[in-house]
Amino acid sequence: MDLNTIWFILIAVLFIGFFFLEGFDYGVGILLPFIGKDDTSRRKVINAIGPHWDGNEVWLLTAGGAIFAAFPHWYATMFSGFYLALVIMLLALIGRGVAFEYRSKHTTAKWRNGWDWVIFIGSFVPALLWGVAIANLIRGVPIDENMNYTGNFFTLLNPYGLLGGLASLTVFTLHGAIFLTLKLTGKELEIARAYARKLWPVATILLFAFVIYGYFETDMFSKLGVDPGAVPVIAALAILSVEWLLKSKKEGWAFVMTGLTIALSTITVFMGLYPRVMVSSLNPDWSLTIYNASSSPYTLKVMSFVALIFVPLVLLYQAWSYWVFRKRISEKKEDLEY
Amino acid sequence: MDAVTIARWQFAIVTVYHFFFVPLTLGLSIFVAIIQTFYYKTGDEKYKKMTKFWGKLFLINFAIGVATGIVQEFQFGMNWSEYSRFMGDIFGAPLAIEALLAFFMESTFLGLWIFGWEKLPKKIHLASIWLVAIGSNLSAFWILVANSFMQQPVGYAIRNGRAEMTDFFAIVTNGHVLVQFPHVFFAGVSTAAFFVIGISAWHMMKKGKDLKLFQSSFKMGAVYGLVGVILVTLEGHAQAQYMTKIQPMKMAAAEALWDSENPASFSLFTIGDEKNREDVFAIKIPALLSFLSYNKFEGEVKGINDLQREYEKRYGPGDYVPPVAVSYWTFRGMVGAGTLMVLLALYAFWKVRKDDFNFHPTMLKIFFWSLFLPYIANSTGWIFTEMARQPWIVFGLMKTKDAVSNTVPAGNVLFSLITYAILYAILMVATVFLWKKYIKAGMTGETGTDENVETIISQA
Repeated sequence: MDLNTIWFILIAVLFIGFFFLEGFDYGVGILLPFIGKDDTSRRKVINAIGPHWDGNEVWLLTAGGAIFAAFPHWYATMFSGFYLALVIMLLALIGRGVAFEYRSKHTTAKWRNGWDWVIFIGSFVPALLWGVAIANLIRGVPIDENMNYTGNFFTLLNPYGLLGGLASLTVFTLHGAIFLTLKLTGKELEIARAYARKLWPVATILLFAFVIYGYFETDMFSKLGVDPGAVPVIAALAILSVEWLLKSKKEGWAFVMTGLTIALSTITVFMGLYPRVMVSSLNPDWSLTIYNASSSPYTLKVMSFVALIFVPLVLLYQAWSYWVFRKRISEKKEDLEY
Repeated sequence: MDAVTIARWQFAIVTVYHFFFVPLTLGLSIFVAIIQTFYYKTGDEKYKKMTKFWGKLFLINFAIGVATGIVQEFQFGMNWSEYSRFMGDIFGAPLAIEALLAFFMESTFLGLWIFGWEKLPKKIHLASIWLVAIGSNLSAFWILVANSFMQQPVGYAIRNGRAEMTDFFAIVTNGHVLVQFPHVFFAGVSTAAFFVIGISAWHMMKKGKDLKLFQSSFKMGAVYGLVGVILVTLEGHAQAQYMTKIQPMKMAAAEALWDSENPASFSLFTIGDEKNREDVFAIKIPALLSFLSYNKFEGEVKGINDLQREYEKRYGPGDYVPPVAVSYWTFRGMVGAGTLMVLLALYAFWKVRKDDFNFHPTMLKIFFWSLFLPYIANSTGWIFTEMARQPWIVFGLMKTKDAVSNTVPAGNVLFSLITYAILYAILMVATVFLWKKYIKAGMTGETGTDENVETIISQA
């Protein structure tokens, strides 16, 4: 396996980590105004992800940095091409990050409610836009022979892209609702359970619709074939099992299953892309690939050593931090730090 | 305005704004870690109160620093895609390492620190804040490795129409980063020290019930500040001398030195005519610039006109003179603010070394307002070093005008510039509001929880 492929896989891994972790983060943020009916319950919802959301977001920053380091042309074409979409996402993420820290530092209802809606919008917008972005990556966007994006913001808002956005939005929200069933207690736990059960059919239908539509809109069919192999099939079975798991209160397993769906769907997308990183809708030869978009072999080698040492270390201490805060959120003062 | 100009304004605004918060994060994280170490060693509750109070102000600052940092990482691709294509092979690596090595560390351990007061063993909880401090400063190191390549390209070759890395070790040990990182690091220390000194002075003026705690903080701030300002000055001097070698044009612009001089005089005050490259009015100290450049009162310091001719020969026709007035005044802004900080830190340290906190009220007021000095120095310092490198984005390799994204219409950049600016303005108002609230609330009770602050506020 060449270094370019290794880095393609590594970036896929970073996106899996990002979508898995930040997926439930976004979900929790979206559900915040609906599950948290009063201030205490809102704080419980926020504190479910309080110690983790920032670390989770770093998966995105690392993925961005890794794309820059390993595939600079991918970074340059995608980030400049999806300009307005990214501006909107950045505004959302900035507001969201500040809101988590600031909302409980002042007491008026207006202040807290305002920041809570910033958290909602700041979670809703990226959860939607990531699906739009991924859908357009596999569908193809207009890229000319010089690797320049020639479309505009509205090029991205095609029906397939929008369906992808709705799919990621609802799957992340479901993932977040199930995460909350593992972290909350009392009446909030019951509300979270009810949301999880209500969200499941919506998320499942949208995700399947997105997959089926994909066979018409992308070259996934020719790439993966009628029998797409184990990865997407298990992704589908995983989300299908969630309803039964929720009904029988096996929420830990339900969380594993939505996580599996997210991880395996991400792998499917990357398998469909390989060896391309951005598909050109104008001419297949103008697509960006792991070869024409990559850094020099030397840089890839240096970065491989860096990743080899530090990725396991990061996984270790992040996992440990989840272990430290594994208990459900109580109403004790120490649990309501935010 | 064309797309390049708007993109440059945007870069300047979001970066200066971001760097408003970064130095305090760098220095205050260490300061909080030090106080918590005292708490750990002595078990004295006073240190816990101080940790919580300064820690709370740190968190407010950290949150906005992190949030505005996301734009930093994305904007190279968004607004400077030609730069990213040309430089990605080199520039992407330190950015990715920064995220992997530093961002993960600071964010994960900050979560553990905030929520871990009761849940973690004391030792591990203390280690968490130290890891936050180390992570933050590591992040500064890696981004400065990236910036140093733009100041002085090393360890590369031009191949395939771009700069490609040939020696990672050379890039990490770039002579420039070895002077720049300590300068920025101690700027962070100084920023935090004056933040602590300023706020403590305000409370000493008010003589509230936390007077002792704030006197104690003031003393620690004064020691921290003295170390900070002395080293930031020495490192700044080293960096300027280094810069005279690698970018003589930058230092010539800093002095508005039109023609080469030997020995060169140092300008105290110049009103210049930038178009005709001549002084309208100037007060100069003979030979001082030579001394500052070479540690002796002789030696030729090259002027702008000579360098322009030299660069034309080396790089082809073009204008290689940076905006001189901006360079000259931002350099003076930085050095001037720094000098005041040195004097104030010396005075503060001299007074409190034997626990004499008997300051004249005016002096306390001056200490309070001096909290803004590092912000002036930090901002003007960066504006200087980046603007006086112009027209280059990467010195000698790529010009700024060639680096911009050519597929992003000017209207889109204008839209992002305006929306960022509005959001940033709102966030600044919220940040200042919270700072005021928590600073006023002081340390009484357990300042760590906002419930206590609320009761204090309602009593007030």
